[in-house]
Amino acid sequence: MKKILALALACAMTLPLVACGSSGSNSSAGSASSAGSAGSAGSASSTGTTDNSDFKVGAIYINSKNDTTGYTFAHNNGIVTAMEALGLDPATQLVIQDEIPEDYDQVATAVDTLVGEGCNIIFGISFGYMDALADKAEEYPDVMFSHATGYKSNETNFNNYFGRAYQARYLSGIAAGLKSLETGNNNLGYVAAYGTEYAETCSGINGFTLGVQAVNPDATVYVKELGAWADEVNESAFAKELIESYGCGVIAQHCDSAQPQIAAQDAGVFGCGYNSDMTADAPNAHLTAAIWNWNVYYQTAIEAAMTCGGAENFVTAMGGPAYYGGLKEDFVAVSPLNEATVAAGTQEAIDAVTQLIVSGEWDVFSGVKLHLTVAEDGTVTLEQEDAALVDNAGNEIVAAAGPSVEDGVITGTMNYFVEGVKEA
Amino acid sequence: MEMDKLGVVTSFLHNIVVYNIPLLYGTTGEIIVEKSGSLNLGVEGIMAVGAIFGYIAGCYANSLGVGILTSFLAGALCGLIFAVLTVSLQANQNITGLTLTTFGLGVYFFVGNGLKSIAWPAMNDYPNIKNGFADLPIPGLSQIPLLGKGLFSHNVLVYLAVVIALCMWWYMNRTTPGLRLRSVGENPAAADSVGINVKRVQYLHICLGCGIMGIGGYYMGLNMSGSFNSSCWINGYGWIAVALVIFANWNPALAILGTFVFGFFNTLRVSGSSLAAAFPGPLGWLAGVPTQLYQALPFLITAVVLVVTSVRKREGSGLPASLGLNYFREER
Repeated sequence: MKKILALALACAMTLPLVACGSSGSNSSAGSASSAGSAGSAGSASSTGTTDNSDFKVGAIYINSKNDTTGYTFAHNNGIVTAMEALGLDPATQLVIQDEIPEDYDQVATAVDTLVGEGCNIIFGISFGYMDALADKAEEYPDVMFSHATGYKSNETNFNNYFGRAYQARYLSGIAAGLKSLETGNNNLGYVAAYGTEYAETCSGINGFTLGVQAVNPDATVYVKELGAWADEVNESAFAKELIESYGCGVIAQHCDSAQPQIAAQDAGVFGCGYNSDMTADAPNAHLTAAIWNWNVYYQTAIEAAMTCGGAENFVTAMGGPAYYGGLKEDFVAVSPLNEATVAAGTQEAIDAVTQLIVSGEWDVFSGVKLHLTVAEDGTVTLEQEDAALVDNAGNEIVAAAGPSVEDGVITGTMNYFVEGVKEA
Repeated sequence: MEMDKLGVVTSFLHNIVVYNIPLLYGTTGEIIVEKSGSLNLGVEGIMAVGAIFGYIAGCYANSLGVGILTSFLAGALCGLIFAVLTVSLQANQNITGLTLTTFGLGVYFFVGNGLKSIAWPAMNDYPNIKNGFADLPIPGLSQIPLLGKGLFSHNVLVYLAVVIALCMWWYMNRTTPGLRLRSVGENPAAADSVGINVKRVQYLHICLGCGIMGIGGYYMGLNMSGSFNSSCWINGYGWIAVALVIFANWNPALAILGTFVFGFFNTLRVSGSSLAAAFPGPLGWLAGVPTQLYQALPFLITAVVLVVTSVRKREGSGLPASLGLNYFREER
């Protein structure tokens, strides 16, 4: 009896292992693909000339490809969408190595596996994959490598890609600023994974703040730093703290979960999400979210990879070693405004600024400040003023009417907060 | 900006309770389990199982009571697995506990992700859960300035945790079954020789303790407004609870104090900067402490507590003498 019992329990205990094992080692694309892709496969291919049925895309993910929210989910979704648009079948032509930590050996092994599977292009989505990918790009000159959020590259088969999220942040800042004018509360909160340690978070905070100031020059943005990319319990606690102790009336965020928005809703204040439209999570609080359309890049890159005629031409075909798309390419955007919460004139104000940025006339970190006012009747006036960009310690970053901060600074070395940001 | 000094302190106290009460559930539950002589390292997983099943059942029934009961039963069921393996089959307790953690987190994500891909129940759609979890100020006490809103204006599950801890203290120290429980943990052979059914006592209390942990998990799920994401609701609380048992010296009443002290350091990360801004003179230095140190603080405190309690003499310690040792009747 005991033996049978022990056997039964042992079987029960191994069930989750089997479940995990199959999701980890299964090499096809999984959830988002199977049924839909067959139908759309024939429709959209813009390459036409060559047969791409044996073209394979490899992807290295930091979290599980089965995630239903968050960073890995966004990338997987982007790759699958892009492949379907290009007439590739993600179920058979996408090979995934997921839950790969930022460890040189493990990333190198993942690359070897993907090359062994016959992948033509390999995407790595996490910053810490950079060194391994750079070395492997030299080792496999016939394979194309593309790395998100990093800064390394070569002249032939290895590029990096990232987006001008700060532009979308600026737009969400306008929505937040108009809301702060409407409620008469000049304190805004920002739950950030990190502060000045990473240019990514830093430029986002600065972009948001400048957007807020374009409509409400008296506003202060209180930034509270989590010290982790994902920490749901504290994402909620920090938002509540910003609302209760700092009296913030709008909560923005640079973290994965919707907890800050939910906290805002519970407290009867408002918020701007990130990464995905969080209106469903907090319908009475959420204004709009700064979001990424990763499929825009993946479609560009995979199409270039299929048509460039050899891995050595990949970087040239991509127009350079660093892809840095923004509002213009629709790589970043704001989610549809939540009509139930946004202040009057928000859409018009955002449209006016979007047009300025897309046309290349103006950018966020420059010596020109925008002033937006929404009149009683809803008309938006936009004025440009030559004004220095100053950090919150009073140092001048860009002189009045000066040129934009260089892209390399925004992606790599920005480590100051602009005027109006306070650490909480 | 001028801070509301009283408001900041009150909010600090409030946060200590709101974000750390799961520790009290976990600690009380683990004390009961350990008092029966079993070292269960599966708290994290058991809380996760209690959380996911409690939340789902509570939502579908639109009843906080059903949620609490289900989370208790789900936790108790995990306890039953632990008891069958360690009490009946004599499996190693440490390994079994660790396996339960892996197992529990696996079940949590398996069920959660599975349900999320179909239709995740949002807490806002279930008014009885939402309202049931709302703060219930204790008449009188909650009017005390400064402390009132911080300590005596909480949801029903907070009060329940304190009541359970006090009841368990009374049960263990003032009742006959409690005495039997302690004797089994100290010396199961002796308890056996005076006619106590050792296995039954162990089974019962392992299940009871694990059930209480399950409620703690449910609390955490509700506190996160039932929003299911890629990170787990329990977030390491189960592990801290295991250490808090030692801090509390295996005394559920002391666990209340332990939770508060520990929560104090845990919550400095959240409220440190507002305390610094409200009291720039005495507490201004808090703003200069790097986030990373705040993150490490609870674990540093744990380490210090373990060192201090290890150095302390055995006398007066509540450590059950047979903790971690399987009792095999035939080897008596």
